[in-house]
Amino acid sequence: MKLIALSWRYLWSRPLAAALNLLLLTLGLASITFVLLINHQISRAFERDLAGIDVVVGAKGSPMQLILSGVFHIDAPTGNIPLAAVKELQANPQVGKLIPLSLGDNFRGFRIVGTSLDYVAHYRAALSDGALWAAPMQAVVGAQVATQTGLRIGDNFAGAHGLGGGGESHGNTQYRVVGVLAASGSVLDRLILTATESVWTVHESDTALDAEDQKILEEERELTMALIQYASPLAAVTFPRFVNATTEMQAAAPALEITRLLSMLGVGTSMLKVLAGVLLLTAGLGVFIALWSAVRERRADLVLLRMLGAPPRKIAGLLLCEALWLAVIACVLGLLLGQALVGLTALALQLDQSISIGVFAWPIELALVPVLALVVACGASLLPAWEAYRVSVFELLQSR
Amino acid sequence: MINSEQLTYQYANGPAIAFADIEVAQGETLLLSGASGSGKSTWLALASGLLKPGSGDITVAGQSLKQFDNTSSDAWRAETIGFLPQKLHLSAALSVYQNLELAQWAAGHKTDDAAIKAALQALGVLELSARKPHQLSGGQAQRVALARAVLLQPKVILADEPTASLDDDSANAALNLLHATAQRLNATLVIATHDSRVKSTFEAIFQDKKGLCATKIGRKQL
Repeated sequence: MKLIALSWRYLWSRPLAAALNLLLLTLGLASITFVLLINHQISRAFERDLAGIDVVVGAKGSPMQLILSGVFHIDAPTGNIPLAAVKELQANPQVGKLIPLSLGDNFRGFRIVGTSLDYVAHYRAALSDGALWAAPMQAVVGAQVATQTGLRIGDNFAGAHGLGGGGESHGNTQYRVVGVLAASGSVLDRLILTATESVWTVHESDTALDAEDQKILEEERELTMALIQYASPLAAVTFPRFVNATTEMQAAAPALEITRLLSMLGVGTSMLKVLAGVLLLTAGLGVFIALWSAVRERRADLVLLRMLGAPPRKIAGLLLCEALWLAVIACVLGLLLGQALVGLTALALQLDQSISIGVFAWPIELALVPVLALVVACGASLLPAWEAYRVSVFELLQSR
Repeated sequence: MINSEQLTYQYANGPAIAFADIEVAQGETLLLSGASGSGKSTWLALASGLLKPGSGDITVAGQSLKQFDNTSSDAWRAETIGFLPQKLHLSAALSVYQNLELAQWAAGHKTDDAAIKAALQALGVLELSARKPHQLSGGQAQRVALARAVLLQPKVILADEPTASLDDDSANAALNLLHATAQRLNATLVIATHDSRVKSTFEAIFQDKKGLCATKIGRKQL
C-alpha cells in the first residue's frame, strides 16, 4: 500500500466533507485563475492591437476616447479632421507610416472602416477567401463579421449611419464583398474594411444636391483619424507636442493611454483578487477544519499506527498527503473552471462586438494557481499534521 | 524474552511509578493485572519502546530499550511487537484486507499478499477480506485485529484488556485464540487486564512487592 493510495482512501472516507472542501478550494482557485487570465488576455489584446502604432491623431477631445475608438473600435470617435491636415502630417519627416481611418457607418453593428491597404498589412492579416479591395465600394469583411452576418464573397450590403446598429440606411450606395479575412484575433476580425474613398462616396452621394455641391464636398473631405508609426523613436518627444500645439488636432500616445486604462482596470482586478483571496482563505479554513476533525476522529487510528511501527513523520505525512490530494484536484478543477469562465466572457464580449480576447491560454502567471493551492492546502494541514505527529500513545492505551 | 530490572517511570505531572522486576521467557505468557491507574498501560508502553524508562531498564527480545532513539524504536517495534488494543481500531475507511496492508505500510514493508492471506487464514477470517469493519461481528473484528497484530510474526504480543466488555463465552474464546496464536508463533504473550475472569485462568499470581502501585503480575507456564 502506498501513501498516496492510503491518503486517497482516508480522504474519501468522509465523502461529503471532502467534496465540500474540494468545492470551496476549487471556487477560490477558479476565481484566481479567472482574474489572472482576464488580466493577461486583455493586456495581450491591447498589445496586439496597439503593436506598431506610436500615436493616433484625431479631433480634439478625450485622448483615451481617441485611442479606444481608433485602435480598439470600442468607443465613438472624437470627431473628424481635415484630409488636407492629414496630408500635411504624412509629409512630416517624423512620420514613418500613416494609416487613415474613416468611421461613421456600420452594418448590423459592425463598423465600416474606410482605410488604406496598409491597415491590413499592419496587422499582417491574411485572406481566407477572395481578395483585398481594388476600387471604392468594395469591402473586405473580418472573420467574426462573416460568421455573425453571413456575408460572403459577391454579397451586396448597405451601411447604416452611426457606429451602433439601427441607424439610417445608405441604401443607394451598396458595398460588394470581395474578400473575407482569416481570423487573426486582432481588431480586424470585427471590422468591415473598405477604401477611404468608399466612405466619402457614400456620404457625398447621399448629401450632395448637385455637381457643384459635390465639388465643394470633395474639397472639404475629412478623415476620422490617422494611425501613425514614427520614422524614428525620437519623434515621440516632439511630434505629439507639435500636433497638439500647432494644429486643430490632437495626438494621443496609445501606450500612455492604455497604461492609464489598465491602471484604472487594475483597481477592479485588485478587488477581484482580494475577493478571490478571501474565498481561498475560506477554503483554507475549510480544509483545516476538515483535517483537524479528521485527526480528532482518527486519533486512536493514528496512535495505533504508531504502535504498528509507523514513525511520527509517516503519520504526519499521511495528513499532508490528504491535503495535497485536495490541492491537486482543486488545482486542476480550478484551472479548468477559470478557463471556462474566461471562455464565456470572451463569447459575451464577442457577441457584444467588443474587444476580442483569446481563450485557453496558459500564461506563466497561471503557475501561481498550483502554488497557491499547495500553500493553502499545506498551510491548512500543518497544524493537524503536527497534532498527528505528536499524538500520544497513552490515549490508545488508556482509552477504555 | 522480556527482562525488567528496577524499572521506573516518571510521569510529566505526577509521581514516579516503580515496577517489580519481571523475567518472561520466549513462549511464556505474562499477565499484568491491576485496577485503573495501576500502571499497566505504562508498562505496555515501556515494553514496546514508546516510553523511555526513568531508571532501570527493560530488555525485550535481547534489545535494551533504555538507550533507544525514536526512529530505531519504531522500526524495532514494527518487527518485534504485535499489539492488540482493547478498542480494536480497525480503520473504517479500509477493508479487512487493507487494514492488514496498513500494518505492513506502517512497518515500512511492501504489501505482502501471501502473508496477509496466511494471517487471515490462520485466524479463520480470510473470507471476510473484502468487508469493511462495520460489516463484522465483534468476534470477527477481534480476529481481524489479532491477524493484524501477528501479521509480521512478532516475538511479543501485547494484548490490552482483550476480554473487556465480552461475555464469558466470548472472553474464553478470545483468550484461547490469543494463547493459540502465541503458541503457534512461539511468541511471548503479555495480557494487561483488570478482568478477574482472566486472572483465574493463570496459575501463579503475585503482588508487586514495591507497594508503589497496585499492579499485580502473574505468569503461567503454558
